[in-house]
Parts: sequence; structure tokens; C-alpha cells
Amino acid sequence: MNTYTLAGVRHCYEDRCVVAVEEMEVKEGEILAIVGPSGAGKSTLLRLLNFLEHPTNGRIIHEGLPVGAEVPLEVRRRVTTVFQHPVLLRRSVSSNLRFGLKLRGERPSETEIQTWLDALGLADLSDAPARTLSAGEAQRVALARALILGPSALLLDEPTANLDPYNVGLIEDMIRRINTEQTTTIVLVTHNIFQARRLADRTGLMIGGELIEVAATEKFFSSPDDHRTAAFVRGDLVY
Amino acid sequence: MDTLAEALVNALKLLRDMDPALLETVGLTLQVTGAALVIALIIGIPTGAAIGLSPGVRGAGFLIPLIYTGMGLPPVAVGLFVYLLLSNQGPLGGLDWLFTPTGMVLAQTIIAFPLVVGLTMAAVRGVDAQLPVQLRALGATRRQTALTTLVEARMGVTAAVVAAFGSIISEVGAVMLVGGNIEGRTRVLTTAIVLETRKGNFALALALGLILLALAFVANFAFYRLQVRRGGGS
Repeated sequence: MNTYTLAGVRHCYEDRCVVAVEEMEVKEGEILAIVGPSGAGKSTLLRLLNFLEHPTNGRIIHEGLPVGAEVPLEVRRRVTTVFQHPVLLRRSVSSNLRFGLKLRGERPSETEIQTWLDALGLADLSDAPARTLSAGEAQRVALARALILGPSALLLDEPTANLDPYNVGLIEDMIRRINTEQTTTIVLVTHNIFQARRLADRTGLMIGGELIEVAATEKFFSSPDDHRTAAFVRGDLVY
Repeated sequence: MDTLAEALVNALKLLRDMDPALLETVGLTLQVTGAALVIALIIGIPTGAAIGLSPGVRGAGFLIPLIYTGMGLPPVAVGLFVYLLLSNQGPLGGLDWLFTPTGMVLAQTIIAFPLVVGLTMAAVRGVDAQLPVQLRALGATRRQTALTTLVEARMGVTAAVVAAFGSIISEVGAVMLVGGNIEGRTRVLTTAIVLETRKGNFALALALGLILLALAFVANFAFYRLQVRRGGGS
């Protein structure tokens, strides 16, 4: 079963459609990378997949069930997003980790919190005020806060943009680990084609709101079908 | 200077002797202001949060300037309005609230409400605009989103509470008109100060003023401790 199936999905503001995806599938347990130039509609696509916005037209089927305008809470809570600029709450790091579970009426054990802190190299920052962290630490807290929820689909919007290689490495390792160990479906939006190549099972190119091509990552980079994909992979300007 | 010194001595004496009339006045002041503040907070915080969280709300261009205007309402004008509302010929005359603490609470609630709404709205709008989206992405319901946003805006919301409290504990125009400064029934510290000044008892009036200031300081100290404690994890 696909985690997502999109058919004729359009998301428009007045006369401008920022997303116009005729067909798209996200297979259960895969890492799908979406690359493309700025303003291609990648982040809006993620917001649609997280049900933060409702498409103007078209259908989104999530885990076999069509999703309407009012998304049931339990469906919405199976998906979460880590944003490029995560907003951490004005409380400690460990309290930020607890937050999503508290919303669900759950109380994580100290061991569980510590496990995630350790996994993301945050063990020493448990009691630190979250707003005082560096960008890399903040992004790792945001990732831990999302992963502790055990989502069936994890949406990552430029999760390592502007981070140093150490933080990029930690986050990429965790993405791989979660995908392998927990078979979490991951949709990764990135400008970084090298990251897409390192992580993704399949990669897609978005330009002007349209999904130009989706292919197995190796094929996408070595022998793409569309000339725009070939140009984008070469590093040419594509828009 | 003599009057000031005498006022200080008087204030201490009044407090030491636990003068029953003074205690009654202080008690009523706290009752009226406390009740008005609680009502204004109960209605005003959710209203301010709702407006703050809906930047594109219809009619905002008119509503927000209206709230800002309300934040500067002259208490005496509010007092006059409530007086007319509660007088025998007024639409709420049947309630018999004129010259009662309930009427005074109504007037002070009207003064505090726009302050609470306006400052809460500003506080909520001051938090990161992406916070509600982030909270929804973490699975928050609309209610949880609003509550968490309010908690994140707690410094500003506490400032709203402080401003509203300050505006009503110190106002005299509305409580004087609506309450009538009746001894043992509707006399509060501010109206007592006016009365004693008119009688020429400046030292006593100043003493009452010092007690009022002390009360305001204690309350604001408590609000500040709350603000610091809640904001401690930031």
C-alpha cells in the first residue's frame, strides 16, 4: 500500500497555482526526495502531505483512505514535518521532546527521552533552554521531537540547509536509521542533490509546481527521461 | 514634607490598628478589582488570542482600531455610560445594580476588557508566525494550538494582566459614578482618597494612597514572579 497517492492535486492562490501534481505516489517505507529550484512548490507539497493545507482540487489518498477537507486527528497525527527553520518552544530541550506526546495525552518515560537525546547527540543539553541552541542543535531537537512520535510518514523540509558537515552527518544517519529500523516513510525536500542521491530510494524533480519526473535515484541521476532533469542534475539553471 | 511624613505615620497606624472601616474599604477594593479583572481575563484572553491567531479575520481593519481605542477609554466616560445603562430609565435599570459593587465590577470590566484583548492580541502576534503551523504539524488540535501559543506569549499576556489590573485598581471616575462612594457599601480606596482630599484630610488621603500603592505593588510583584517563573525555561 502506498503511504500517499495524489491525483490531479492543485493548490492555487487566486490565479496562481503553486502545486499542480497530476500523479504522485509515495511508497510505504521508502525515502522519496523531491528536488527542484526555489519556488517550485516543494514546501507547499509537504504542507499538503501533512494536511496543514487542503488542495484546491484533486485527491490525496493516505494509507488507502481518501482525505477530505476535515482530516481526522488520528490520521493527522500519523504524519509530522521537520521544517527548515524549526520553531522550538520556550522551554527545555527535554520538554520540547515531550511536547508532541503530551498533546496526545501520553507521558514518555525519562528513559525514552534520554534514548532520543543520546541518539541525536543531545544528551548534555537535556535541561538547556531550547531557544539558546545553535542551528544544528535546534534542528536535531526538532528531529528528535518528531521521531519520538513514531510517525508512519516523516516529512523533511530542507532539514540540513545551512548546517555544518557534523550536523548534516548526524541528521542523515538518523534519517537512514529510522527508515531502516522503523520503516518510516520519508519525503525529503532538498536543494542538495548530493543529499538526495545519498539518502533517497527515489527522487523527483519539481518545477513550477509540477512534478516533472520521479525515478529510482540511480536512474534519476544517471539516465533521466526528461531533459530538464538532466539539466538540473548537471547544475544548469532550470525554471 | 510634613504632610508626607504624617501620611506615612498615618498609614502605618491605620495598618497597625487594623481599622475596621479601612479593612472594609481595602476588602471591597480588592473584591471589585479582582472580580472585574478575572471576568475581563476570562473573556478577553480567548478573544485576544482568537483575533491574534486569525490575522486575515474579516472586519479586522475596523475591529483592531476599535480595540485600540477601547484601550484608552476614559474611566469617567465608561462610568457615565454604565450609570445611564443601570439607571432607572436605562435598559438594565431593572437589575438594580446602580450604587452596588456589582455595577462597579461591570464598569471596571468594561475598562479592563479592551486592554486585555489588545495586549493579548499583540502578544500572540508577536510569537513566531510559524509556531501555529509547527504545532499543527506536531498534531495539535486548534485548541491546543491556541493554548500553546498563549503559553509561548506568556510574557506579553502577563503584561496584559498587569496593565488591566493597574488601570482598574487606580481608576476613580467609573467607580465614583456607578458606585456613589457610599460608606460601608461601595467605598473603595480611590473614592475614599477623593473624599478625604475634599474634606481637607490630606494626610489620611495620602495614607490611603500609600496603602493603594502597596496593594498594587504586592499584586504586581506576584504577577512578575509568575512571569519570571513561567518564562524561566526560555
